[in-house]
Amino acid sequence: MAEEEVKLFGTWASPFSRRIEVALKLKGVQFEYIEEDLTNKSPALLNYNPVNKQIPVLVHNGKPVAESLVIMEYIDETWKHNPILPVDPYERAMARFWAKYIDEKFWPAARKSVVAKGEEQKGEIDEIQQQMKNLEGELKEKKFFGGESLGFLDIAANIIIWLVVAQEALGMDQILNEEKLPVLYGWLQRLLDDAVFNECVPPKDRHLDLFKVRFGSSIASK
Amino acid sequence: MAEENKVKLHGMWASPYVKRVEIALKIKGIPYEYVEEDLVNKSQLLLQYNPVHKKVPVLIHDGKPICESLVILEYIDETWKNGPPLLPQDPYKRAKVRFWTSFVEKELLENVLLVVTSEGEAQEKAIKVVFEKLKLLEEGLKDLFQGETHHIDGENMGILDIFLCSLFGAHKAQEEVLGVKFIDPEKFPLLSSWVTALTEVAVVKALQPPHEKLVVVYQFLRQKALQPSADGVEVKEGVYVRSLSRSSPS
Repeated sequence: MAEEEVKLFGTWASPFSRRIEVALKLKGVQFEYIEEDLTNKSPALLNYNPVNKQIPVLVHNGKPVAESLVIMEYIDETWKHNPILPVDPYERAMARFWAKYIDEKFWPAARKSVVAKGEEQKGEIDEIQQQMKNLEGELKEKKFFGGESLGFLDIAANIIIWLVVAQEALGMDQILNEEKLPVLYGWLQRLLDDAVFNECVPPKDRHLDLFKVRFGSSIASK
Repeated sequence: MAEENKVKLHGMWASPYVKRVEIALKIKGIPYEYVEEDLVNKSQLLLQYNPVHKKVPVLIHDGKPICESLVILEYIDETWKNGPPLLPQDPYKRAKVRFWTSFVEKELLENVLLVVTSEGEAQEKAIKVVFEKLKLLEEGLKDLFQGETHHIDGENMGILDIFLCSLFGAHKAQEEVLGVKFIDPEKFPLLSSWVTALTEVAVVKALQPPHEKLVVVYQFLRQKALQPSADGVEVKEGVYVRSLSRSSPS
């Protein structure tokens, strides 16, 4: 087999970057990880992703792929063992639907909920609560969204951790608590316990500090 | 055809999102039953099939609903493998197509909608953004086509073609209503010739509402966004409301 060169441009705290790390590790693909400073993007990154200039970017034998969900599909189609997406087209559609939901509905609401105040914040939190209930409907009794092992949607949904850590860092009540969202809460614990996923989670203190620095001042008057 | 194999599409005649699915079904030669929805008075079935978003399009196959046009297109491609493919075979080419499809959806369409629903300085800003994105797409097409002439017909249209013509198939109506020419052959030669070719494909032509109707749609969207009225008719996400729903399909 020809020598394969796989590079991942990412940042340690980005849930999008994390998706790719997890996917590659689940497949046992060796890769070089390049940490980007987003305030001072490398010429390589700008060269590989001139359109969005964002991480993550996967470079496979010199060919760049951008957009985390697009990269995940590419990974699954290129390294076919340990599939991330289900085999059945309907199950695949469900995984893609919910991953899209997370990116288009949950992520904007999560970001807003951290910086908004008063009624607006309450509105965002209520919305997130409903979104998480919807996700529970998809998870049901399964260990992971992907079944017995991590799949496409589990990997995509790691972004929920962003909110969990942000809320902890800022002393906010946890939306994702065992009482109100037992199914999703259980899923999160299993995700964090997973051997492969665990390797990709940043150290808690470092992660908390990042949020305190980034968002701390905006909640000064609470 | 057995009941379980039946394909149904819940849609709305003016929706470009629905159009995408219709084009895909027709390219693949998949027979389907079309159900026109009144988006102000949504059917129980629609709300049952798409409780999360309550939107069209919804494809129902074997009694199971699939929502979100891009998800539906990928589902169609993976389920009906006999018709023309909607994505290339090669994973890297697939990734490029998916990347640009996502770009058309998120970067272009959203900003075009912004141009439609804003005025003055806000609109000028939005127009500038659209031109920037169009420039990026033009560059991207050079890479995507790699110097080959990309001949389009009903046999080789894919998801990017479909997304692009669902947005810019109406470019003449957009031009008339907005007074801005997005599909400008001088500024964007590759993109313009591609869009023109797309609108000429028989399947696309057959599904395209008449120019006059599209002009009305854009005028209506604009009017409702700029003058939220006392009659309680709101402009919601996707922006199709009462009067549009009552218009007869083309």
